[in-house]
Amino acid sequence: MVELAQDRALPRARSSARDWLLPYLLSLPSLLVTIGILIPFGTAVYYSMERYNLAFPAGRQFIWFGNYISLFGDPGFWNTLQVSLLYTLLCVGIQLLLGLGIALLLVRRTWFNDVMSVLLILPLMVAPAIASLMWKLMTNPSFGILSYLLTLVGVERFPWASSPDTALFTVVLVDTWVYTPFITILLLAGLRALPKQPFEAAELDGVPQSFVFFRITLPMLMPYILTAGLFRMLEAIQQFDIIYAMTQGGPGDTLMVFQIQAYLSAFTYTNIGRSAAVLMVLWAITFLLSNLVIKRWLKLRERRHGNA
Amino acid sequence: MIVKAVRAVLLALVALFFLFPIFWVLLMSVMTNQDILRSPPSLIFEPTLENYVALISGQLDTSVGTLEVAYMRNLMNSLILGVGSVLLSLLLGVPAAYAFARFRFRLGENIAFTLLSFRFAPPLLVLLPLLFYFQQLGLYDTYFGLIWVYQLITLPLILWIVRGYFEDISEDIEHAYRLDGHSWLATFLRIAIPLARPGIAAAALLAFIFAWNNFIFALILGSSDVQPVTVGALAFITASGINYGQIAAALVLSVVPTLILALFAQRYLVEGLSLGAVKG
Repeated sequence: MVELAQDRALPRARSSARDWLLPYLLSLPSLLVTIGILIPFGTAVYYSMERYNLAFPAGRQFIWFGNYISLFGDPGFWNTLQVSLLYTLLCVGIQLLLGLGIALLLVRRTWFNDVMSVLLILPLMVAPAIASLMWKLMTNPSFGILSYLLTLVGVERFPWASSPDTALFTVVLVDTWVYTPFITILLLAGLRALPKQPFEAAELDGVPQSFVFFRITLPMLMPYILTAGLFRMLEAIQQFDIIYAMTQGGPGDTLMVFQIQAYLSAFTYTNIGRSAAVLMVLWAITFLLSNLVIKRWLKLRERRHGNA
Repeated sequence: MIVKAVRAVLLALVALFFLFPIFWVLLMSVMTNQDILRSPPSLIFEPTLENYVALISGQLDTSVGTLEVAYMRNLMNSLILGVGSVLLSLLLGVPAAYAFARFRFRLGENIAFTLLSFRFAPPLLVLLPLLFYFQQLGLYDTYFGLIWVYQLITLPLILWIVRGYFEDISEDIEHAYRLDGHSWLATFLRIAIPLARPGIAAAALLAFIFAWNNFIFALILGSSDVQPVTVGALAFITASGINYGQIAAALVLSVVPTLILALFAQRYLVEGLSLGAVKG
């Protein structure tokens, strides 16, 4: 080991032009493959400033911010914004609370808890689109087990995804089923990584449990909670699979979130310009969110590597 | 005592909520349609494999005659797309991850972040123009085209998880090996990669599952020839109408591969998920 430690102090062996180029050569292929994807991004920005409807190819024309201006005057767009934000807030809020609760239940390492945390990953491994279809089977009005169970407690004909009043609830339920395990896994890792001393000291002093939770556990866990929440927010505001598989945005425009709205604009109404403009608005939101995520995440990375 | 009881009840509820849907769909998949439609539902029935037989043979008996379905083709497509994307991502991503972990080079962080940010952009924004390009280039509805686009999911995942792993491995062994006169390439292949194998396995597994579960890419960039099970299942439901047992069996077939992978490799998986998100 002493020899190895000395080796590190030696200057890099045979440093040459090839060695200097090496990191670029190694990362270039990755970059090239993904840069092919950057070009369409540029194209999409351009589309969003065009009057571009596949049904009227002759009318194609560059109109600057025309699509955006008509979006902001369109109640359908404000509905989309509202539904997307509501969906995101409901999903992230419910899943953080539930995920934290479950992580706290599972934090002690008993064999039972270990088995449970393995089984809990399973919903996360189900494709969101498939999960939606599974819940569709369970909420079917004629044979769905959940519909049946509700009649046992006196709720007849609960409409699930088919009524504007309960559709949002239904898709948030599916989202919660799929993604809560993600939050649980992260928070469980966070809880188990917390230092032991503050908890031991609190126990010695006979500090009440609720005080320990709100004054020690929660503040120390906050970086993990924020990271998990931001990650989920970023995904939830872009949700497509669950809603598309459940109702394709319906009934009416109840579940018309950003990507569903953009999908229908492009593929049902062939209005490429409008679709691209809707997506650009979504992109602006996710760009802000993802910068927050990356910043937080880098901080955690640094802290970990600083400690190591 | 009371605390313990409350804890047990809560855990039972949690287990019920998260596992019941999988259990129930599994149960439905071995029921005949008559059993499924029985009211009230009953757990006493004669299990049957006929739904699976129909799916695997591709011959569905419906009220209007025999319907041919290619659901097995969808499963095969998922496998091809998943394995293909992960292999390509490993080939491209592992060397890049090594470069980012071992060298502090100009532009390095910028490149790494460009690659990471792809993970966060709305997929449709890229898919919409890509559809037109792919149609012109003849890449629409091809495995090659889809595997390329799948790199958006699998490459950042592999890059960042494997990078974290390389950073955790001490450089000393590599230095010693190089001072013995071995080339850079030999060091990378014989020392660095074997040491990072758990990280590479975790990243590959997670990337495969993400690729398998993807829906929107193939919905837009492929027709039924290359479409994976996620899209195929939705089409199947429309086609098979009211044959609920077969629908349940189709859903089971589409989730069983990832569930089995998850159960066998859960330690890798948990590590991969938390590495990818919190640790880096």
